[in-house]
Amino acid sequence: MAERVVDRHNEYLRIEGVSKRFGDFVAVDNVSLSIYKGEIFCLLGGSGCGKTTLLRMLAGFETPTSGRILIDGQDMAGIPPYERPVNMMFQSYALFPHMTVTQNVAFGLEQEGVDKHEIRRRVDDMLSIVKLGDFAKRKPHQLSGGQRQRVALARALVKKPKLLLLDEPLGALDKKLREHTQFELINLQEQLGVTFVVVTHDQEEAMTLASRIGVMNKGQIVQVGTPTDIYEFPNSRFVADFIGSVNMFEGKLIEDEPAYVRIGCPELETSVFVSHGISAPPDAQVTVAIRPEKIEMSRTAPASRDENHVTGVVKEIAYMGDLSIYLVRLPSGRLVRVTMPNVERHDERIVWDETVHLSWHPSSPVVLIQ
Amino acid sequence: MRRSFLSTVKSWSQPRNLVIGVPYLWLLAFFAIPFVIVLKISFSWMQPIQPGYAPLIEWVEETRRLVVSFNFDNYQVLIRESLYVDTFLYSAKVAAVSTFWCLLIGYPMAYAIARSKPSTRNLLLMLIILPFWTSFLLRVYAWVGLLKTNGVINNTLLAMGLIDEPLTLLYTDFAVYVGIVYSYLPFMILPLYSNLEKHDLTLLEAAADLGAGPFKAFFKVTLPLSMPGIVAGCLLVFIPAVGEFVIPSLLGRTDQLMIGTVLSAQFFGARNWPVASAVAIGLLLVLLLPILLFQRYQQRELEASRR
Repeated sequence: MAERVVDRHNEYLRIEGVSKRFGDFVAVDNVSLSIYKGEIFCLLGGSGCGKTTLLRMLAGFETPTSGRILIDGQDMAGIPPYERPVNMMFQSYALFPHMTVTQNVAFGLEQEGVDKHEIRRRVDDMLSIVKLGDFAKRKPHQLSGGQRQRVALARALVKKPKLLLLDEPLGALDKKLREHTQFELINLQEQLGVTFVVVTHDQEEAMTLASRIGVMNKGQIVQVGTPTDIYEFPNSRFVADFIGSVNMFEGKLIEDEPAYVRIGCPELETSVFVSHGISAPPDAQVTVAIRPEKIEMSRTAPASRDENHVTGVVKEIAYMGDLSIYLVRLPSGRLVRVTMPNVERHDERIVWDETVHLSWHPSSPVVLIQ
Repeated sequence: MRRSFLSTVKSWSQPRNLVIGVPYLWLLAFFAIPFVIVLKISFSWMQPIQPGYAPLIEWVEETRRLVVSFNFDNYQVLIRESLYVDTFLYSAKVAAVSTFWCLLIGYPMAYAIARSKPSTRNLLLMLIILPFWTSFLLRVYAWVGLLKTNGVINNTLLAMGLIDEPLTLLYTDFAVYVGIVYSYLPFMILPLYSNLEKHDLTLLEAAADLGAGPFKAFFKVTLPLSMPGIVAGCLLVFIPAVGEFVIPSLLGRTDQLMIGTVLSAQFFGARNWPVASAVAIGLLLVLLLPILLFQRYQQRELEASRR
């Protein structure tokens, strides 16, 4: 999707050096972040990386051990969840099972003491926005998973929060529904202009939803950037490996010029030529990362075979329909992952045990130092 | 015919049916048959000779006739004599008040146990069940010693100078309430606990997130969701409390009897089995309503949880 423009002058949520310890365990380690008004910010990381703890601190369910959280300039220290201008959509949705859809959505407004007619109007509006008008009288157990998800969303959004926190919003939905709901979420967010902070372990979900992604590992934010930044320019081995699939080769700098670098990798027959400079100490141990879709595979040798080129034998093929994944064994024994789109239906496709040439453009590899 | 008979026997001897059959046999032997006997006696005439009541259907040799003699008088007595109506009402009142206090005391206890750490939870539950290890009769007797005029409570209060003369605690409604609440509290706590312990605590977080403080969240979320536990606990206390016999006889007033005491007096004192049986059937009919309500409620809960 097209990258959305984020107004960087309108900082809405500010996290300053926030840490959270449970006994000896550091769940969140000195995180600082700025989130801007109207963006969808995704906290992405594996289980136990601290993303949910961070979200729960924003909601007020956990208190930071140190650091500050400011929402719209207001320090949140000591403010209980029920007084924060923030609403959360829970992973399990946490719908009240004894209340109808309408009662669930109206709950938050009743707590605010909003006038009855006003509640009715806002609840009806919200239910029609999430297309649940026909289900208003049902109880949660009479709804499908997708409908429950929309009730949870409506219940959180009807309060017009400054910040909507979403904990794995699509986690409980099946694949088809997820894709559909993903775009619905983005539309809703644009329509209502609420700032979203989404926690997810699913990189696809993060990539499609987010205006920016913060990748978390072991309680720390390791990289913040747009989905494209994160995918094309990962700043560490962890990020490169966590987002998408990648082939990584250990190597040493042979030439280090401002305009280009050349890297020797023991696992590859030729050296890797990268068409941009890097900042690394000479003789540094580096990692070359190449995405599977950026490797070209063919039966015939490319024109230039001195660099960015290897030969190998196809060992595995996984046909995915739209594309195929190939595992190619190099003479060094290393397996390289290559993906190719299945453009034509009656292609003379490469088959098992064929010898192939792999090559890539000098701008494709990413050189990682940490 | 023979084949169908064989297949019937075969289907009976299926392991599944045998397993289901055991509780049915139990209920048949220890509930249905005794119930029919009591029902039968409640319609018969009292008779001074053994077994104490006349048979309903009798073959009279002299007249060569089958004599069927039903006596509805036993039931008319229940309605006609204000003693029975009063005792029924009094028993219902005592049971209702005791149930109310059990709920008021039991709910916070069940709540505290359900929200405590899993390791302490078992210990606390153990403490709730522990009194059952002593005889029920003994525990009620112990209350006599506590409540009597020169008992532990009065002596303590006198020694502390809080009262000048002993309070009349024993043989009052208060003593009966204390006895019932004390004895039946676990029956209130256990179903409440098993309900509260299953609550999804993220619902409370959701309530807080939507702006409800702890008290509002309790009344809007926890309390309605614990209704099945409240209903079960109340019935488990109310039903046996209505027919309670030991506690009112040991601790209760002498001028106002409970239905259980009347029942036992009729059976064993007056040896009027027909009237005693009618009282028992009457008690059953009175309790049938809450039991049926409870079953309907349970059914609904079951259906909701299946979905």
